[in-house]
Amino acid sequence: MKILVAVKRVIDYNVKVRVKPDQSDVDLANVKMALNPFCEIAVEEAVRLKEAGTADEVVVVSIGPKAVQEQLRTALALGADRAIQVETDDMPDSLSAAKILKGVVEREEPDMVILGKQSIDSDNNQTGQMLAALTDMPQGTFASKVEVADGHVSVTREVDGGLQTVKLALPAVVTTDLRLNEPRYASLPNIMKAKRKPLETVSTDDLGVSVKRTVKLLKVESPAERSAGVKVADVDELVDKLKNEAKVL
Amino acid sequence: MSILVVAEHDNNAVNPATLKTLAAAKAIGGDIDVLVAGKDCATVADELAKAEGVNKVVLADNAVYEHQLAENVSKLVADLGKDYSHVLAPATTTGKNFMPRVAALLDVAQISDIIAVESADTFKRPIYAGNAIATVQAEDAIKVITVRATAFDAVASEGGSGSVEAIDAVFDNDKSEFVGEQLAESERPELTAAEIVISGGRGMQNGENFKLIEDIADKLGAAVGASRAAVDAGFVPNDMQVGQTGKIVAPQLYIAVGISGAIQHLAGMKDSKVIVAINKDEEAPIFQVADYGLVADLFEVLPELNEKL
Ligand SMILES: Cc1cc2nc3c(=O)[nH]c(=O)nc-3n(C[C@H](O)[C@H](O)[C@H](O)COP(=O)(O)OP(=O)(O)OC[C@H]3O[C@@H](n4cnc5c(N)ncnc54)[C@H](O)[C@@H]3O)c2cc1C
Ligand SMILES: Nc1ncnc2c1ncn2[C@@H]1O[C@H](COP(=O)(O)O)[C@@H](O)[C@H]1O
Repeated sequence: MKILVAVKRVIDYNVKVRVKPDQSDVDLANVKMALNPFCEIAVEEAVRLKEAGTADEVVVVSIGPKAVQEQLRTALALGADRAIQVETDDMPDSLSAAKILKGVVEREEPDMVILGKQSIDSDNNQTGQMLAALTDMPQGTFASKVEVADGHVSVTREVDGGLQTVKLALPAVVTTDLRLNEPRYASLPNIMKAKRKPLETVSTDDLGVSVKRTVKLLKVESPAERSAGVKVADVDELVDKLKNEAKVL
Repeated sequence: MSILVVAEHDNNAVNPATLKTLAAAKAIGGDIDVLVAGKDCATVADELAKAEGVNKVVLADNAVYEHQLAENVSKLVADLGKDYSHVLAPATTTGKNFMPRVAALLDVAQISDIIAVESADTFKRPIYAGNAIATVQAEDAIKVITVRATAFDAVASEGGSGSVEAIDAVFDNDKSEFVGEQLAESERPELTAAEIVISGGRGMQNGENFKLIEDIADKLGAAVGASRAAVDAGFVPNDMQVGQTGKIVAPQLYIAVGISGAIQHLAGMKDSKVIVAINKDEEAPIFQVADYGLVADLFEVLPELNEKL
């Protein structure tokens, strides 16, 4: 079976982003960028399915300007077989990304599409579900376990109340949660090998998709800062403060 | 303006996040209808008809909606939603699961996790793990929105006089199927609704040690939460994770024990009214947001705290 994995280039999760002084957006100049952590988990899962003999090809796709090729190379170094960059001027919003991915799905006809549950920049948590709706595929979101058998995939999902399992007919969309796996580090030989793996660039026109943005970003502000309070010396002082000063006990 | 709020419930009772979503709907303004989709859930519809500001409850009672399968519920919501200006649901794992499908079926964007309503088309939402707050304006004719419950005060659950209208729209599919669930059983209050939350991190060392936290939680009527590190290590189950990609909490009192205070954790709790941090490392970033910090070994502090409460 063939697995398509959608990966996004985002700010590194260790970086605390700053808002631009004119409040037009956050400042991404000279900020370290990386593969979205949930996408890393998605690539890892696909590669493991290939290593287990369940999948025979892992294709990674990223939408965005040329810079996203860096993350595609990372995914190739983690074990994906080939990569597709869908070139756009800016990062698309989630609905646009889903429409573009639908175009890629129609071309590649994968048996399973794995995405991250959420990009850590927009915190949208939308694209996988939207892709599933547009392609009329069933979905297993927030996956902590994925088992493929007999043309179906069983997905254990992390939900507010605990865990839920759904069984989906393939082709299906899966989005990853943190506990699905622990991604490997790319080894130096694999990083070298990744440079020679195929990376194709296509345009939205090639896919026959047109996209627009219907949500305007009016302003970006820093959140209200909490200031550090006081240090208490011991448990007695803590209990006293909580009872008599904060009055929360 | 007419707003459809999709209720969250377990076929028996209304999830409090629904009443907070109704508060967001009220802030937008206009007629508010509520959709209750589920199986044998008429009591939920009756309950919501009494909630403040509800005009009408649409009840879709059918086995196909029993487990809120996104494939089925999204088609129902999109079908009803096309006649409204706004479709809202709580940003719970259920809402997050089906609402983007609704948006895609309606060919509109979704605004996720709003924390404030500026006007009928303009909303505030956190981005980058809450390190920035975006004000966004939606130009689509139908606004599909998920609501961060902790940012809104629930409307009154009593006093309203909405009607209940049963419909028999059935959207089924043969591609997805509910197999089972393992739900956490707990006598303690629900994490996102509790007045007091005590969370443990990697510093707890193992699952057994969480008993030290649970004993205090039971004394205070508190809920127990955790950091991602504690969940990943298997100390406690996933439904206890607080943070950017876990649950968002904003209790009166949040006590972080053995948690360093990574931005992803802070994203889930920094709107708490009072924050206490107990950590043996005085440099831990959690102290930068804590109202009261105690630099000490948690294994000495927790038993003493339990005794003195
Ligand atoms: C994509 C992504 C999403 C994430 N989402 C979340 C999320 O939703 N929620 C979340 O919490 N994290 C999340 N994280 C992880 C986050 O970055 C941190 O790794 C995590 O919060 C650390 O957990 P911790 O504070 O328990 O562990 P650590 O950072 O290891 O801190 C343990 C703390 O315990 C203290 N300690 C140890 N022993 C004792 C003792 N005996 N007494 C007192 N103090 C002690 C130490 O001083 C230390 O400060 C996410 C990360 C990524 C990449
Ligand atoms: N520009 C993009 N290119 C490739 N994949 C994307 C892109 N945007 C979103 N995705 C995928 O959709 C997931 C969820 O993103 P979001 O809906 O933005 O939170 C990500 O983890 C990716 O797998």
